[in-house]
Amino acid sequence: MIEILSASALATVQDLGRVGALQWGVGTSGAMDPLALAAGNLLLGNDANAAAIEVPVFPFQVRFGADLAIALTGADCAARLDDVPLLPWWVVEARVGQVLSLGVPRAAGHWRASRAYLCVAGGVDVPAVLGSRSTQLRGAFGGHEGRALRQGDVLCAAAPGIGRCGSGFGLLPPALAMPLQLDGVPAMRVLPAAEYGHYTEASRAAFWAGEWKITAQSDRYGYRLAGAALEAANPVEMRSHGIVPGVIQVPPGGQPIVQMRDAQPSGGYPKLGTVIEADLWRLGQAPIGSRVRFIEATWDDALDAREQMHAWLADARRLVELHRRQRARSAS
Amino acid sequence: MNALPSAAAQPSISLLGTSALLFEAPGHDMALGTQQRIWALAREAGRWPEVREAVPGMNNLMLSFAQPPRVLEDIETRLRAAWAAAQPLPLEGRVVELPVVYGGDAGPHLADVVAHTGLSVDEIVERHSTPLYPVYALGSHPGYCYLGGMDPRLATPRRKVPVLSIPGGAVSIGGAQTGVSASTGPSGWNTIGSTSMHFFDPAQDPPALLQPGDTLRFRVEKVIR
Repeated sequence: MIEILSASALATVQDLGRVGALQWGVGTSGAMDPLALAAGNLLLGNDANAAAIEVPVFPFQVRFGADLAIALTGADCAARLDDVPLLPWWVVEARVGQVLSLGVPRAAGHWRASRAYLCVAGGVDVPAVLGSRSTQLRGAFGGHEGRALRQGDVLCAAAPGIGRCGSGFGLLPPALAMPLQLDGVPAMRVLPAAEYGHYTEASRAAFWAGEWKITAQSDRYGYRLAGAALEAANPVEMRSHGIVPGVIQVPPGGQPIVQMRDAQPSGGYPKLGTVIEADLWRLGQAPIGSRVRFIEATWDDALDAREQMHAWLADARRLVELHRRQRARSAS
Repeated sequence: MNALPSAAAQPSISLLGTSALLFEAPGHDMALGTQQRIWALAREAGRWPEVREAVPGMNNLMLSFAQPPRVLEDIETRLRAAWAAAQPLPLEGRVVELPVVYGGDAGPHLADVVAHTGLSVDEIVERHSTPLYPVYALGSHPGYCYLGGMDPRLATPRRKVPVLSIPGGAVSIGGAQTGVSASTGPSGWNTIGSTSMHFFDPAQDPPALLQPGDTLRFRVEKVIR
């Protein structure tokens, strides 16, 4: 049992997302940093898609109502279990009655993340709705009662108890293993989309060359960016069409909006490009007020990056299994 | 660079990152016949192994990838061939009537539609509540329907800056389209009125009240000037 002690809302239960429900207008939802969620689950021996708690606002505290193995991934939040400092991206065993406190995320070099993932043994035990445990905020279903968590909420882990998956080990975060930045600013690769050519040459150049500030009007639905206004040579009214998280829409005002995990599955604003699937976690971690850059990618670049991401996860899985086997040997 | 004379009549295929590709039928009229061919194309492409879901939009189709192919040429060729062969698939669904209150607090952008179209409030209400609107596609948010059949005189551009939250039941116009919000959320469309109807229940199978081929009619309950 995990009791939410913090009044600061906006924490939600997420897995890797809901696929196959677009035909009913249901978007994917899911972790803003799917790599952190999957890695945290692998550390615990869970299915990579098990549900965890995504925490975007700090400080955040929970109390454990039973012994439980947990893994903390995503932002390095100077976490403490009672008074004991915890390492980020690490497995620990929490004891009944202990309080876990997450503080304001710390920077590591040029990288500062904004969301932490509290993964628990077996995953957070909420019912799957339309094939996923992710919270569908717009539709008010999935996750915990279809809403963000509140103070006093109690969640259960699917595999409570300790000693099963081991503890005291961790992973090197992907932001350190696979850094990507331009001139010291976190960067994401972008594949041009259908209306890219509609923008003036100067606007296209400014898009790649400029720094984009993530404004306060940014959330799980989308990141509204501020920078040089992007001008279309010939403004068009589009027919509504399917879109995916990562799509960069440009409303007539000229300030782009990147669709994020709670984004609508369809839209009608012109699309400049799409942040590639393999880099969406980087943007999902970028804090409000921070600046990001975009790098033009080709289809092959985007597929290579996707393979690199899957290879990183496969490596993480191998390392965790190796550690567990060694531990089992030394125990016998 | 000169485009070939036939280029305007060709469908376009573009990428949505490595997650999906977008097929757009030629033209801009959002004709029902074209949409019926999109439904046929969706049924066909939905069976291809690299496709997770074939999702109709307004005279277009998004294919989300189960696994993005290394070479795109093959699926693009198949898609163009399937489109050329696609016959209109007539879907005959049910007719649902929605009572609408136009204007007032529930229709904050009605004045913008008046300003853009040059029509009076009464003319807008009349033209909006007359047609039968076929459901072309679902999208936007759970249970939301994209409708065909709006009087082109009502077309009003989407808002320069999207509104952060409009309530469920909001009846709105975006470009040459109209629709009804199924739940509270952000929108770039112009809200002209409101209705009350439950469009989505995740416990039902299917979870959405309406599907492509069904038809909506707006009945004037009240006009607030």
